[in-house]
Amino acid sequence: MPMTITEKILAKAARKKSVTPGENIWLNVDTLMTHDVCGPPTIQIWKDEFGEKARIWDKNKLVIFPDHYIYTSDKHAIRNVDILRKFASDYNLPNYYDVGTARYKGVCHIALAEEGFNRPGTVLIGTDSHTCTAGAFGLFATGVGNTDAAFVLGTGKIWEKVPESMQFIFDGNMPDYLTAKDLILHVLGEITTDGATYRAMEFSGQAIQSLNVDERMTLTNMAVEAGGMNGIIAADAVIEDYLKGKTQQPYEILQSDPDARYHSKYRFDVEKLEPVVAKPHSPDNRDTVRKVQGTPLTRAYIGSCTGGKLTDFIHAAKILKGRRVVIPTFVVPASTSIARKLKSETYEGQRLIDILTDSGCVLAPSSCAACLGGPADTIGRSIDNDVVISTTNRNFPGRMGSKNAGIFLASPLTVAASALKGAITDPREFLQ
Amino acid sequence: MQKIIEGKAYVLGDNVDTDQIIPAEHLVYSLSDPEESKKYGRYALSGVPEEKAGLPTGHIPFISGENDRSDFQIIIGGSNFGCGSSREHAPYALQKAGVQVVVAESYARIFYRNAVDGGFIVPLETEVVLKEKIKSGDPLSIDLDSLTLKNQNTGQSYSLLPPGDVLPIIEAGGIFEYARKSGMI
Repeated sequence: MPMTITEKILAKAARKKSVTPGENIWLNVDTLMTHDVCGPPTIQIWKDEFGEKARIWDKNKLVIFPDHYIYTSDKHAIRNVDILRKFASDYNLPNYYDVGTARYKGVCHIALAEEGFNRPGTVLIGTDSHTCTAGAFGLFATGVGNTDAAFVLGTGKIWEKVPESMQFIFDGNMPDYLTAKDLILHVLGEITTDGATYRAMEFSGQAIQSLNVDERMTLTNMAVEAGGMNGIIAADAVIEDYLKGKTQQPYEILQSDPDARYHSKYRFDVEKLEPVVAKPHSPDNRDTVRKVQGTPLTRAYIGSCTGGKLTDFIHAAKILKGRRVVIPTFVVPASTSIARKLKSETYEGQRLIDILTDSGCVLAPSSCAACLGGPADTIGRSIDNDVVISTTNRNFPGRMGSKNAGIFLASPLTVAASALKGAITDPREFLQ
Repeated sequence: MQKIIEGKAYVLGDNVDTDQIIPAEHLVYSLSDPEESKKYGRYALSGVPEEKAGLPTGHIPFISGENDRSDFQIIIGGSNFGCGSSREHAPYALQKAGVQVVVAESYARIFYRNAVDGGFIVPLETEVVLKEKIKSGDPLSIDLDSLTLKNQNTGQSYSLLPPGDVLPIIEAGGIFEYARKSGMI
């Protein structure tokens, strides 16, 4: 029976020859990821529900990254990291990346990739909606809550309804003024925030193949913004190159069959697209940058699992080099590894870190930071009636802190160009 | 499981995301400590913009003052209820505030799973655009056997959709109870 890549991975994880959309199946989980916000309640549920029988199904498959509320004096947030630390110590967990040590990584979705946990053909479950990011490696990755995660922690299993797949094909060569963020915001504008609910979003085409790993992750990262169960891109040589030296574990590269069945198919020519934003207060509230050009802003933000990767800072540096921002502009590398690369990587002979700080950006240490608001003392958190332009993933009311703030989501090129003008600006103005 | 649920309606719009249900700054409290966990009830739905809080008029606080229990026990939502983050704290917060049932036109997947698998609230669906027919504060009665919702003020009844495959988990009260009953764990 012809199957999509998502169906093939799910069939494999359910030890079945084939699966059909709508079917409920139990999956064997390859990797379970959690963090400081959802880890402690997950552990508590696991202890309460399994009682004396509570045991971790496979320590090597459990990965814990404190990342959400790290640089804060909030006593409850600090306690949550303490709970993770004690749990990791009590059970001698190999994959715990503690705050305040050289092992600290930063945002979980990027750290999973860097540490080699994103293996093609596997099933990765995480207590975070953006777990779908890992689908960029041709694996099934989806977010769940604490109870489901506690169940996986004790059994290694989870039930899922096999999703129908939607296909998004991007043809053409990526223009220099466009990034993966523009592509996914474009898709969101087309299908809206519930356009992919309970479905798989499969991305393919010439333009996708030309994207590096960072950019692919931007695309799959926001599948959940359309309600998608998972986002997925079949692995190829780009992924295999990235994985070299990162994992000793087996993986399997799977492809959708040419005659696989899809719920729907969308086709875009990237050469005909232009920079876009998502206006307040929804990621599907798409408009072209051109049409909202000149909208006054009070701050800019470049960070998060969506927009705080090395490629995002290279994009920003292209625009910011030799220029000055005129509004507070926060730069938050998603991971400590990216933070180090800002110091070692250069653009046109200048270190990225120097380009960013010379232009007036405020650099913050790696964590989820203000992407989701966070405790009151979180750097970059929006206040009062802020109008923010951000490379992050959500612009719901109150998302970055203040309930009265408005957030525009955009590519790092557009955010950087807008930071220079203090108003929404088309990056093409600076790319000539 | 209780078959008849009665309570006052609290009406919300489309795309009520989990940041509105429980803003991220509150996700730090213990969910198991009996006293501290009351804060989830206290701050439930505190992220909803005031003009959309309690339709059709808006500006109706879900929680009054410093209470941790709401006067409203049934949430009427629109489409894509619970979109956004995976925080299980969202259906938990609604439960802590005293909500038993949410009736919406559709749900985001993770919120729905969390509501069912954690056994916090019963998420029901309807094809009727209830937010146009019910006002916040209306006394409602939901019959889970006949899958009907009655507005006691108007006497009007509306049909709800059957929960389908997840019914055994809802009836068991969550995924752990379901797994124990079926001998999985």
